[in-house]
Amino acid sequence: MNRIFNMKNIKTAAGVVGLYVVVQLLIMFNILSDYYQITLALICINIILAVSLNLITGFTGQFSLGHAGFMSIGAYSGALITINMTHEYSFFVGIAAGAFFAAVVGLLIGIPTLRLRGDYLAIATLGMGEIIKIIVLNLDFTGGAAGLSGIPQYTNWTWLFIFTAGTVIVIKNFINSSHGRACKSIREDEIASEAMGINTTKYKVLAFVIGAFCAGVAGALYSSYFYFIKPDMFGFLRSIDILVIVVIGGMGSIRGSIISAILLAVVSLYLQDFPEIRMILYSSILVIVMVVREKLKNGKFKFDGLPWKKPDKMRT
Amino acid sequence: MTILKVKNLTKSFGGLTAVSNVNMELQKGELVGLIGPNGAGKTTFFNLLTGVYEPSSGSIELDNGDTVKKISGLKPNAITNLGVARTFQNIRLFKDLSVMDNIRIAMHKNVKYGVMSSFFRLPSFYREEKEIAEEAEKLLKIFGLESKKNELSKNLPYGEQRRLEIARALATKPTVLLLDEPAAGMNPNETSELTDLIEWIRKEFNLTILLIEHDMSLVMKICERIYVLDYGMIIADGKPQEIKSNKKVIEAYLGEEVS
Repeated sequence: MNRIFNMKNIKTAAGVVGLYVVVQLLIMFNILSDYYQITLALICINIILAVSLNLITGFTGQFSLGHAGFMSIGAYSGALITINMTHEYSFFVGIAAGAFFAAVVGLLIGIPTLRLRGDYLAIATLGMGEIIKIIVLNLDFTGGAAGLSGIPQYTNWTWLFIFTAGTVIVIKNFINSSHGRACKSIREDEIASEAMGINTTKYKVLAFVIGAFCAGVAGALYSSYFYFIKPDMFGFLRSIDILVIVVIGGMGSIRGSIISAILLAVVSLYLQDFPEIRMILYSSILVIVMVVREKLKNGKFKFDGLPWKKPDKMRT
Repeated sequence: MTILKVKNLTKSFGGLTAVSNVNMELQKGELVGLIGPNGAGKTTFFNLLTGVYEPSSGSIELDNGDTVKKISGLKPNAITNLGVARTFQNIRLFKDLSVMDNIRIAMHKNVKYGVMSSFFRLPSFYREEKEIAEEAEKLLKIFGLESKKNELSKNLPYGEQRRLEIARALATKPTVLLLDEPAAGMNPNETSELTDLIEWIRKEFNLTILLIEHDMSLVMKICERIYVLDYGMIIADGKPQEIKSNKKVIEAYLGEEVS
């Protein structure tokens, strides 16, 4: 048991709690404006989404483009429950229900679609996300295209922090267990994985369900923080945004996902000052980050002149 | 005691019959070779035994001591869990995972702690992970890989990758081990080391081994019986000496004599 309380874990825990306290104090003394607080909330929600998508895509190797669909199920479940249930625990009931329904849908969708591989799976999950969006758009109790508003705002920094840290810890624990290794073996080589006795279908679906569960939590937190949701918020582009965070941070790297969620949020925060060319700059930054990251990873990043001034190696 | 019994096994891909009417019996503790020219259907036969392909007809039965179980038609993971492990002709390690993880993945079938236990790091997690790590290290030591346990498996030299693959197959605790060209790409020195290793693990782990091999020095030295496959059919079986002088076998490898 004392392995939980080793030096490294204690230091990490101290750092994490320290971060929480510092931010909490900044909020209490009104140093952090509302504007920054919204960015902070988005960072937390994006971390949950990215880490959970990383479990599906980065660790288990199943390409999913429908993560926003699970988020919307969580958001709507959470919102409907907190609106209709004026109980002091409605926030937690909402999160639990959001996560549960997202996980159930993940299970139902995962079992048939995870037979597919690569591009086919990507298309199927993309379709799944859109189907969820269209269903939400056409139901009465979800408010249709107008969405739901007046959702009670229970989400605050404390809860965001607890759920984000909780998700990261739980997923990290899972990945570093035998079950997590089974998932990674599927990414590495599915045939070999089966030959080693791993039930690959089971672990693909399991990763998918855990990912959906966490996305549900993120969705419920989101709806309760921004007190207004509509189907457009959870479309294909949101899924792509999450995928971009995962890819920039590195497939199969939890730390990378966290750093890139923070980085990209900060980048888009500062790009607000250039509204006309915001997306151009954002995309350029993504490209540059990818190029530099790849070189850093291979340990051979050094600036050797501008590309068009490089000596022509072919001629020698 | 017959541990693995293959009856009239046939596999056709469209119009091509890759394995046709193969009968084979492996006795417990035997070391049997499967040879044949390229394209004879040896690897297809292995894929049938391990469930990668489903046979078109025929059956495979595995006797694990008290019950005889039909394994044809089961999924690969189910067959492995019943005690048939394999290696691959073209090495299929989990390349971007450490040597240790490669072994630990193969030990997954014996893990009892649940998903919840892994989420929340319950005591059962620590207890079992410790056992797994100890056992994996023991296995790596046997194969002389303990100093490289934290290296990514793709960074190992070729010979060590081959050894790791055998170690990984053994980590599933098999009763029958299928080796698909274990000596492919090895130099004579490495092959002779491997020969000793195979003989040794057979005794140490109480295994029945079926191996595909092109390297005749290895096959003739350690196999007690040899099956020869050509165009999907067994054309001969018997002791190495008998196979060496079998006319059909020589024809299959070298062609018929010109009269």
